[in-house]
Amino acid sequence: MTAMRQAKAVYPFGFLDEYAKKEVRRTVLKAIAIPGYQVPYSSREMPMGRGFGTGGLQLTLSLIGSNDTLKVIDQGSDDSVNAVNLRSFIEMTCEGINTTDVTDEADLIQSRHRIPEKPLREDQLIILQVPYPDPLVVVEPSEDKRKVMHGEADYSRLLVKLYEDIVQFDEITISHRYPTRINHHYIIDPSPIPRWDVPKLHQSKALILLGAGREKKIYAVPPYTDAEPLAFDDVPFRVENFIDQHGKRRACDRCGDTTSFLDEFTSSDGNKVYQCSDSDWCREQLQKKGA
Amino acid sequence: MGYVAIKGGGVAIKGAQDTLEYMRCAQGDTGSPLDMKTIEHQLRFLHGRVLSEGGLYHPELASLAVKQSLGDSLEAAFALRAYRSTKPRLLETPTLDTSNMRIVRRISAAFKDIIGGQTLGATTDYALRLMRTELLDESPEAFRQVAQQWFKDQGDNAIPDTFPKVVDSLRADGLLAEVDTAAQQQPFDITREPMIFPVPRSAALATMARGETGSLLAIAYSNMRGYGDVHPTVAELRVGYVPVMLPHPISGELIEAGEVLMTECEVVAMYESDDEDDKPTFSLGYGACFGHNEVKAIAMSILDRSLQKGMKDGPTNPSEDPEFVLLHVDGIDSMGFCTHYKMPHYVTFQSDMDRLRTTQEKAQQAEEQA
Repeated sequence: MTAMRQAKAVYPFGFLDEYAKKEVRRTVLKAIAIPGYQVPYSSREMPMGRGFGTGGLQLTLSLIGSNDTLKVIDQGSDDSVNAVNLRSFIEMTCEGINTTDVTDEADLIQSRHRIPEKPLREDQLIILQVPYPDPLVVVEPSEDKRKVMHGEADYSRLLVKLYEDIVQFDEITISHRYPTRINHHYIIDPSPIPRWDVPKLHQSKALILLGAGREKKIYAVPPYTDAEPLAFDDVPFRVENFIDQHGKRRACDRCGDTTSFLDEFTSSDGNKVYQCSDSDWCREQLQKKGA
Repeated sequence: MGYVAIKGGGVAIKGAQDTLEYMRCAQGDTGSPLDMKTIEHQLRFLHGRVLSEGGLYHPELASLAVKQSLGDSLEAAFALRAYRSTKPRLLETPTLDTSNMRIVRRISAAFKDIIGGQTLGATTDYALRLMRTELLDESPEAFRQVAQQWFKDQGDNAIPDTFPKVVDSLRADGLLAEVDTAAQQQPFDITREPMIFPVPRSAALATMARGETGSLLAIAYSNMRGYGDVHPTVAELRVGYVPVMLPHPISGELIEAGEVLMTECEVVAMYESDDEDDKPTFSLGYGACFGHNEVKAIAMSILDRSLQKGMKDGPTNPSEDPEFVLLHVDGIDSMGFCTHYKMPHYVTFQSDMDRLRTTQEKAQQAEEQA
């Protein structure tokens, strides 16, 4: 596109000026050193909307080098509009990088709302885009007060919220952004990943970085770190249920897999259809079947 | 260069960009593109808003931003702000003295007569908002005539370089507290430091100076109407060009690097008397922004005053709450997050449905058992 060609001349590698990238990297180091702690940083404005992944984008642009291979996903798909938009922007401003759809090939993955189904490796890094970095925001609107609560590991009001859910609905109603305790202290908002993806945070081989651009926070789940979703002894944490009315696990309509998170939609003939949310996982299962 | 993965989404984005570009040019044969100077002059107030909300004084790029965003002030300010992210900070100016402002407008609501005089300047304040139908089909000749006539009728009487500040005379009379020298320390730079509350007043002022006009107005208006009690009097409102002084790279001597068009407002509010030792004085609220934007400067000055009260005594209403005001007035942040809801949320919605169905089932089971 001509707009991109022209923009290249005006904008530096990685779009941000070098001081901004340096600040992000220093913030990342602190975030890794204090697992789950939301490290404030100044957060620059990006040429895409706040809320479209500017926190994740600043992390990616500050960490990527020309020999890296990047995968960008949104809702599990590399092909969704926002993923395409982010990827082409990163390609435009970071000359020489490689991009891929294949989870295995990527050493840097930026994602919105999903963690790939395929377990990540030590040499991979996943960056999650975060709209609300603070899990306490549901019980305390003031950031000043929340900071004190985090410092004291005072999560009693969050537990009360879960308890009230059980009293009212006989079930914890938090569907996504499930509060998760990292390294036995700070509770994080793991970004709007489904509950399905929360167990992937626990003892992950890959470094997980979370960036909230609008709220100006970066935090991390370092490799091989404990991540425990908030629950009670007698009310365990539960992931999404894909069991049909006959008690059978639903399968992906395309690849037939029965182990992945499924997207539900209505086909043109009015039937409910289920498909893998992770498009690369689906592709791989299809490939295996064909082989 | 590796392979590039773009499928349906990429085509759709390109199509959307092309459609928008067509919209911009839809006038076809009868149209002509806006030039940068036309935007700067004929869309003066929009241009000023973009300069100030974008937080970058670059009149030409502000015009370009207005042009490419088809006049959407939020989008235009956004483009300017994003451009700013690519530029390193090279120098800092010393505190600029706005008494050196080259005035184009200066009024006071507190005194009939102020030293240096009131200058109404260019304003719609007392204009009748009637449709000026003669502009419907304005000829270029008539348009050019206006500027020609204007200079013909102007006298040579020189405008003074400086005008004294009204608040300085209030200070001299002991009606207003002396300038707080502690506050003249290094100001908080919101573009290089995250705000961790509580924040100093300079962080609040900087945030509001590039805040979105409508957002500032709405919260200030809530204070005016009764969710607060600032009851301001405009001591002085001035619009003009402030010289920007920078140290010379070799000699270090301050030199004028250029000037910026600014609006500045100082409101005086009822006095505080809770400090036992001090005699009571009026209190001050300060507002300033790039461009000619009086509503913004006044709203900001009221909020500065209400926030000072909130910082001191604890907030009793939204306009006194620093977190509430400062985290919600940035147009780039708020419009971005608002528009992000248009993006797909399939996964989280799937999760929502799972929770709803489970609780529905449980409710039904409970009903059946009852």
